[in-house]
Amino acid sequence: MSVNAEASNRVVAAPASGAKSRKKGLFSELKRNRVLYAMFIPIAVYFIIFAYIPMAGIIMAFKDFNYRDGIFGSPWNGFANFEYFFKSGKAFLVTRNTIIYNVIFLTCYTVFSILAAVFISEITRKWFKKISQTMMFLPYFISWVTVSAFVYNFLNYEYGIVNKMLAHFSIAPLDIYSNTSYWYFLLPFLYVWKWVGYGSVLYLAAIVGIDQEVYEAATIDGATRFQKITRITLPLLKPTMIILILLGLGRIMRGEFDMFYQLIGNNGTLMDATDIIDTLAFRSLVGSADFGMASAVGVYQSVLTLIIILTANWLVRRYDKDQALF
Amino acid sequence: MQSMRDNNKLNASPVFTTISYTLVGLIALICLIPFIVLVAGSFSSETSVLRDGYWFWPRELSLDAYQFIFRYPGDVLQAYKVSLIITVVGTAVSLFISSMTAYVLCRKELKYRNGLTFFLFFTTLFSGGLAPFYIWISKNLHMQNTYLVLILAPMFNVMYILILRAFIQGSVPEPLIESAKIDGAGDLRIFLQMVLPLTKPALASIGVFTALAYWNDWWTAMMFTSKESLVPLQYLLYKMLSSINLTGAMAQHIQAADQPKETFKLAMTVIATGPVVLVFPFVQRYFVSGITIGAVKG
Repeated sequence: MSVNAEASNRVVAAPASGAKSRKKGLFSELKRNRVLYAMFIPIAVYFIIFAYIPMAGIIMAFKDFNYRDGIFGSPWNGFANFEYFFKSGKAFLVTRNTIIYNVIFLTCYTVFSILAAVFISEITRKWFKKISQTMMFLPYFISWVTVSAFVYNFLNYEYGIVNKMLAHFSIAPLDIYSNTSYWYFLLPFLYVWKWVGYGSVLYLAAIVGIDQEVYEAATIDGATRFQKITRITLPLLKPTMIILILLGLGRIMRGEFDMFYQLIGNNGTLMDATDIIDTLAFRSLVGSADFGMASAVGVYQSVLTLIIILTANWLVRRYDKDQALF
Repeated sequence: MQSMRDNNKLNASPVFTTISYTLVGLIALICLIPFIVLVAGSFSSETSVLRDGYWFWPRELSLDAYQFIFRYPGDVLQAYKVSLIITVVGTAVSLFISSMTAYVLCRKELKYRNGLTFFLFFTTLFSGGLAPFYIWISKNLHMQNTYLVLILAPMFNVMYILILRAFIQGSVPEPLIESAKIDGAGDLRIFLQMVLPLTKPALASIGVFTALAYWNDWWTAMMFTSKESLVPLQYLLYKMLSSINLTGAMAQHIQAADQPKETFKLAMTVIATGPVVLVFPFVQRYFVSGITIGAVKG
């Protein structure tokens, strides 16, 4: 690496004087700013160990991994792991689930965050605003482990509040843990529940940033508050919304592992409806020690994620250059 | 401020005001209710829960579940200790190194500054997946069952580093750094004595997010530890809720006939979640400013 840089440097700097060429070289740069580069070492070491070396471990997906030989010593087996993954029928299932859930999550999250933000901005009593916002943040602060306790609390077949309330009206209890249809509603609900406080702050910041004079002018023209929202606030939120949605779409192949694992775990009846890429990768690795499957799933997800993020970022860049990630 | 508000009220419609208050109040209430039910359940007597189920308030007040937990507090206290150590040490180290990195990345005299930024950023775009990460950490580095893995695995978030960089660029004037350099201060000293104090507001916000991530992390423990002395609070809670196996001291007594099985789970959840909920109102403003700092710069 350094030899290469030196060599190319020599070529570039050939016509110039020796002293000048030194100044532009890699070594002189490192030497001149040695303290700054030294200050970067801790993070560099960390990311090499915890990100780049595991990244090289991607070759594992093309190997017949065994514990004794390790990632680098195990024999190659080409695309056999991928073949296995795609032929198992799991690939389509988990991809579909991951995308569907994430699209629903993103839609609900955006709608409710904007709704909450718009109505919070309409509230003039400070104490009410403060208390209700505090309450909305609470779910963000707890782990999905705790949320699973809540769900148990409410939906438990024998003792859960929902069934107890239904019993009051003489309605038969719901067996939520063995019926997939409830979860299509429940998971988005919990997702919004946990994130609405966070999302509303994002959109509220955008609303606060809107020039007050626009509203004042509208007031003079006799606009009602409802008109001000539909004609001023919402159109002016559109840029923020588009950026946040595009960035959200970039993460569409990354499932909410914490959520799905804590709420559903290894529940066999719900598996087909709620298995996402992340839970499949986890189960193959930890549950069944199926290294071929686990690594193939991981690579599949990483590659798709990379492509989608690049696309999303390209779209963001086209829409508003300053908001692009890179 | 007041006059602007009044101005806004000039053509206020009472119907619309009512809708706003009702809707916001309703969302807030839905966010809060599960916490109330949880606390109510944990203070209920086991018999009333078995008979009538959970409710919004305790139908029969009882401290049995808590007494049961604190009769053999070994596991819980140990888990508290582990969680506290991980959170405090992890957050401190993470904040220091993140802000140091952020300072480096905004020094314009650094020729490879963009390259270094990309070196960090690329890790958010692409990864080798779970399997190689797991095998590398546990088989090659032999880091399983150490405090080290619990602290290191969730340590950095590239987005936080980039937010800190944007903050330093915006709040530490370049001439200030230049003049300090002319006066002979080195980069390390400038960072420690000038940049770090000026970055306090951002550090507080990022610190809240980092600490929260450590406190709520159960995944690292599940993946990389099997020793009971290294179980953090959230993982202990997970294990107890899924009731696969109760650990240590409690396991020997849980078979007792008088064990409050249902309310026990809830009391355990209250104990594990309590600190976060209690601390949260005090750090809320850092949390809010953290979201908005991040929003300003993608």
